Amino acid sequence: MSAILGLSAFYHDSAAALLVDGEIVAAAQEERFTRKKHDAGFPANAIEYVLSEGEMGLGDVEFVAFYDKPFLKFERLIETYIANAPRGFRSFQMAIPVWIKEKLFQKSLLARELKQVDEAFAGRDKLLFAEHHFSHAASAFYPSPFEEAVVLTLDGVGEWATTTVAVGRGSDLKIVKELHFPHSLGLLYSAFTYYTGFRVNSGEYKVMGLAPYGEPRFKDVILDKLLDVKDDGSYRLDQKYFNYATGLTMTNDRFSDLFGKPVRKPDVDPLEQFHMDVAASVQAATEEVVLRMTRALAKEFDLPNLCMAGGVALNCVANGKILRDGAFENLWIQPAAGDAGGAVGAAYAAWHQELGHERRLDTTRRDAMRGAYLGPDFAQSDIEARLTEAGAIFDTLTDEDVIETTADALADGKAIGWFNGRMEFGPRALGARSILGDPRSESMQKLLNLKVKFRESFRPFAPSVLREDVADWFEIDDDSPYMLLVAGVSAERRREMTAEENALFGIDKLNVKRSEIPAVTHIDYSARVQTVHADTNPRYHKLISAFKKRTGCPLVVNTSFNVRGEPIVCTPEDAFRCFMGTDIEVLVVGNCVLRKEQQDQSLAEDYKNKYELD
Amino acid sequence: MAIVLELWDFMKVRKKFWLLPIFTLLLLLGGLIVLTQGSAVAPFIYTIF
Repeated sequence: MSAILGLSAFYHDSAAALLVDGEIVAAAQEERFTRKKHDAGFPANAIEYVLSEGEMGLGDVEFVAFYDKPFLKFERLIETYIANAPRGFRSFQMAIPVWIKEKLFQKSLLARELKQVDEAFAGRDKLLFAEHHFSHAASAFYPSPFEEAVVLTLDGVGEWATTTVAVGRGSDLKIVKELHFPHSLGLLYSAFTYYTGFRVNSGEYKVMGLAPYGEPRFKDVILDKLLDVKDDGSYRLDQKYFNYATGLTMTNDRFSDLFGKPVRKPDVDPLEQFHMDVAASVQAATEEVVLRMTRALAKEFDLPNLCMAGGVALNCVANGKILRDGAFENLWIQPAAGDAGGAVGAAYAAWHQELGHERRLDTTRRDAMRGAYLGPDFAQSDIEARLTEAGAIFDTLTDEDVIETTADALADGKAIGWFNGRMEFGPRALGARSILGDPRSESMQKLLNLKVKFRESFRPFAPSVLREDVADWFEIDDDSPYMLLVAGVSAERRREMTAEENALFGIDKLNVKRSEIPAVTHIDYSARVQTVHADTNPRYHKLISAFKKRTGCPLVVNTSFNVRGEPIVCTPEDAFRCFMGTDIEVLVVGNCVLRKEQQDQSLAEDYKNKYELD
Repeated sequence: MAIVLELWDFMKVRKKFWLLPIFTLLLLLGGLIVLTQGSAVAPFIYTIF
């Protein structure tokens, strides 16, 4: 047996992944254990968990692979400061102490921390470092179902690279092209996230969700002034509009002047049509760049398969367009496309590149990520003990009764907390730690946004649909198990809007029923589809099938089991706390069913203000 | 001491020996900054560094 521990840490979304004999056994993000969103600390809890899943200690691990190269990053930092000096001194003054005190000594730091987790760790010689974008590329290619593929990675920035193209063949993976900092599509998107008043590194989803409310009237301004895009999708950013390279903000005054308004102050300035138009414009510009890239890559490499990773690969609207564009026949995206997935990639890179192991493609399964259900699971007896300890009142049902009772509650229009099996790895809840609802309900979106999730009312919800029924309800007939593709609701399921309704602007449009499944139909008739498969999540598949039997509708609303700003729940206790602090009406944990009205109301805490807003 | 050897190896691989005087100077300057302030927390909007 040979085991590799992959780690990502110290920037955002720390995580650990365990590979045993080339198979991914477990992976988890540190935030789920520490309950601190995007936790960037050393992932001690995640490491302990993945090792326990593999029933081993650090002494049994052949190598520990870290997901980026600190010295290369330091080189970029120094060269950037030199190129811009004396501008950037304040940023330098703040960055250098962090490096001198800590980040330059990352190898020692990692060795020390690993020793603290387990004394048996053999020391510095067991540490390997993969380049950031190579980790992303490895996380996209090695677990994919393809023997050969073009691999595109796009994110904010790693060491130098911001965009890379690699080609994977068997166990071989080589980066063949790179674009370098400060030219970054991820940072362009983050600049607009900042400009529209959302938090960089987590608010990008909101910009994407806001885009359909607006008109892309600034798309040409972005493509003409901010970007220089070539036909093959390669690009440069005009740095005179940005401040991230050496400053402490993403954009500068010239950027604000270009669009005509200052940066929106969150919680002070309201979201206006202007911000929606800006969001629509950056989304359209991003899609334009990505599509030019994928079309050129398909032509250049003449391969039918494309793999993607990096934060920009979480832009499921753009992903849906890549798929529909058809330049590549097949598309596979790493479900943990952000930095957490770097832990998986670093481990794979060590296994295939450093240790030279052959890649054995298992064609009997969809991919090697096991539906992304790679996190902790809890035995029924453990669930009961934990819930009892937390003061919960519950009924324990048979497997069949759990499905029937939950399906009844869903059909009754109740909001359900659904805690089932191993926790997901990556940012999406996929039916293991999810809040579920009836997609046919006109009030469900508002209820879930305002009373359950405590988040902005404009944000859409996603459907989990039985794979076999997806083509009847959406304009897609592909697997989308990781909720990374957006597709339109089928024309026959849509409801045409009247001229009066069409004349409504922005968020007012949201209240108009647009299809048979209004709770998951975004303003532009699109939906972020998750296909549910009996082989990867049989229990979830059964539940949706039971709901379909009652209602004729083979899909449910699926949103992550958390409130705004909170990491997705990990343990039964987390689930119970969230259930008690919100308007979730029924909680299902394993075979335990909890009803809100039966609980001791004194256990409810003020959940709304518990987590810092994201 | 290991860090000096590692940095030296790094410069050899990257063929960037011109970074040596700059590294030295910056480390000295950075050291001064560290000595004159308490905490080393990066309050960046985006954690590029």
